Amino acid sequence: MDKIGISLLLFISFVFTPFAFAEELSLQGFLQTNYSVRVNDDNPQGAKQGNLILGEERAQIKASFYPEKSKIGAFVKSDFYHDWVEEDWAFDFREGYLDFMDDKFGFRIGRQIYTWGVGDLLFINDTFPKDWEAFFEGRPLEYLKIGTDSLKLDVYSDIVSAEVVFMPNFLPDDLPSVGRFHFFDPYPNIPNRELEKPDSAFEKFGNMEYALRLYRYIGDFDVSAYVYNGFFRSPGMKADNFNSPSAISNFYPELAVYGLSLQRSALGGVVSAEYGYYDSLDDRSGKDPGINNSQSRFLVGYQKAFPEDFTVGIQYYGELMYQYSQYEDNLPSAFAKTKQLHQYVTLRLTKLLKYQTLKLSLFTFYSPDEEDFLVIPEISYNFTDNLLGVIGMNIFTGAKDDTTFGQHKKDTNIYVTARYSF
Amino acid sequence: MKIIKSSLILGLLLILSAILQVASAQNSLTAQEIIAKSRLAFYYAGNDGKAKVAMDLINKAGQKRLRELTMLRKDYQEGGEQKYFTYFHKPSDVKDTTFMVYKYPDRDDDRWIFIPAINLVKRIAANDKYSSFVGSDFTYEDVSGRKPEEDTHLLLREDKLDGRSCFVVESIPKVSSVYTKRISWIDKTNFLPLKEEFYDKQNELYRQFEALVVKDINGIPTITKRVMRNIKTGHRTEVTFETVEYNLGIEDDVFSERYLRRPPLQWIR
Repeated sequence: MDKIGISLLLFISFVFTPFAFAEELSLQGFLQTNYSVRVNDDNPQGAKQGNLILGEERAQIKASFYPEKSKIGAFVKSDFYHDWVEEDWAFDFREGYLDFMDDKFGFRIGRQIYTWGVGDLLFINDTFPKDWEAFFEGRPLEYLKIGTDSLKLDVYSDIVSAEVVFMPNFLPDDLPSVGRFHFFDPYPNIPNRELEKPDSAFEKFGNMEYALRLYRYIGDFDVSAYVYNGFFRSPGMKADNFNSPSAISNFYPELAVYGLSLQRSALGGVVSAEYGYYDSLDDRSGKDPGINNSQSRFLVGYQKAFPEDFTVGIQYYGELMYQYSQYEDNLPSAFAKTKQLHQYVTLRLTKLLKYQTLKLSLFTFYSPDEEDFLVIPEISYNFTDNLLGVIGMNIFTGAKDDTTFGQHKKDTNIYVTARYSF
Repeated sequence: MKIIKSSLILGLLLILSAILQVASAQNSLTAQEIIAKSRLAFYYAGNDGKAKVAMDLINKAGQKRLRELTMLRKDYQEGGEQKYFTYFHKPSDVKDTTFMVYKYPDRDDDRWIFIPAINLVKRIAANDKYSSFVGSDFTYEDVSGRKPEEDTHLLLREDKLDGRSCFVVESIPKVSSVYTKRISWIDKTNFLPLKEEFYDKQNELYRQFEALVVKDINGIPTITKRVMRNIKTGHRTEVTFETVEYNLGIEDDVFSERYLRRPPLQWIR
């Protein structure tokens, strides 16, 4: 795909340039350096560069071409970087698509990033692939989202508008990986595991993932309804015997999600609510310990702005597990046990100073049932319009080693980013 | 006796009110009416409008930051509901970001922002009318207006400013605000505010607005260059309307999620 991305970029840059007006073709990008260092010296097994979790120099080029009075357009965004942890150079073809726009509908085909739902860093109906490792090591927020090769159809109408996304090639989430993070493994003695990814829909048509969002503005509400059909993006586990396995493999179980979200101005701020039913298609009975049970996921959020550029956001999020007694009955002793209702409370504080050039922010995840935290304090400063500096921390703490954030508690890190945009 | 006394008073009152009516007819407008007319001239010009705007944010040391944006506005009711759509051209790290506001006369705005890097449309809290607009010296309220009923207005005097005859009106907020007093110089012929002074709790001048260039755009007098200075910090913001057009017939659906995600090219360029 990288080759396709670069070719598309070159195509747009060189073929269209002589014909294009300055406004129709736009070329931009940035140069960036981004480092993250583990605070304590207890490095995970396989750590290649000691405390260095992330160390990279990166260049990004963005090109878009949208001719006036034309129904087509194109966009490409590609990164080229050097990674000090892996000690290699690589392309990262982030996005690249062709657009066709008409009065009542539009198509977009190519690699695209989607962000759905009303949660702030809590995703229910946004089932698109995410890079949690990037997020936990302090890369800029946009790197949490991974572009997916997809076809999107937009339909616009006064009654209801729709986005339909077809994704033929399954992409999993990028989770904290060996060598960069500590994490809980119920079977540390069996390191070699096959990872089985769903075949592309070009080989097996039934594997076509699709996501649908219907939306409209009703009264003063932004209302969206969602359907997703595809796979869990974090792996399930297969074992010959979960109590004393000799062979383990990982795979991505089938998943369907049905949901709804609402958002409106209320109570002097913005109120959000979202619900999603996670239908675990491969384990509806809840008996398979290697596959998540079906769940209801929900959140409510409230965001309020105070004088002098100070904003506060709070959220409550829950995952309610179904067939809980089956889950308990079949849970292998090595596994971490999840409560029937797994919850998070989040808090976001943002303060802007010095004509909004200085931003102080704090984001906190807290789970009362898993008794763990992720706290992210960050300071960012625009030295000029072009030069941004960021310093922050990802602070993981927890009572136990096998919970979502608790498993990374030795990976508390300090990160810095400097970005020159052009 | 009592009857005679009462009718005498009544008669005097009638005469007095007649005199007052004549006097006010000569002055023709109360301070409140001047402010209301000024708001319509400044914030509700035409039925809709489009402006390509350059903002220079300049600090005390003279360092400049630049914001370049296209702003679309549509009025739904004169002096009442409006919708705004803003597209950012510069700086480069916010290019393609769009921002939409539904402004209501009697309650908080609805505001949405589109962040292109993650393809996200989100609502943002809107009750911070005194917060800075994109890091400039202008507040959200400066950009979208303030209802005349929120202040008590007093016509102080008439004055000349650069040869233009002005009403000078003092406005005191009825409920506590970031400023305690505002004094406006309002052009007597076109009702545009040519100068405004904002006073803080110590009754000291801390912010000052000036219209630098006024042009006639399709018969509508328009401030095409303005500056807001912060007297206390030495920071200032100069705003230049590079192009302005009115009564374009901007469609209603431009102000929707669809166009937040895919900016309407025919309008923003």
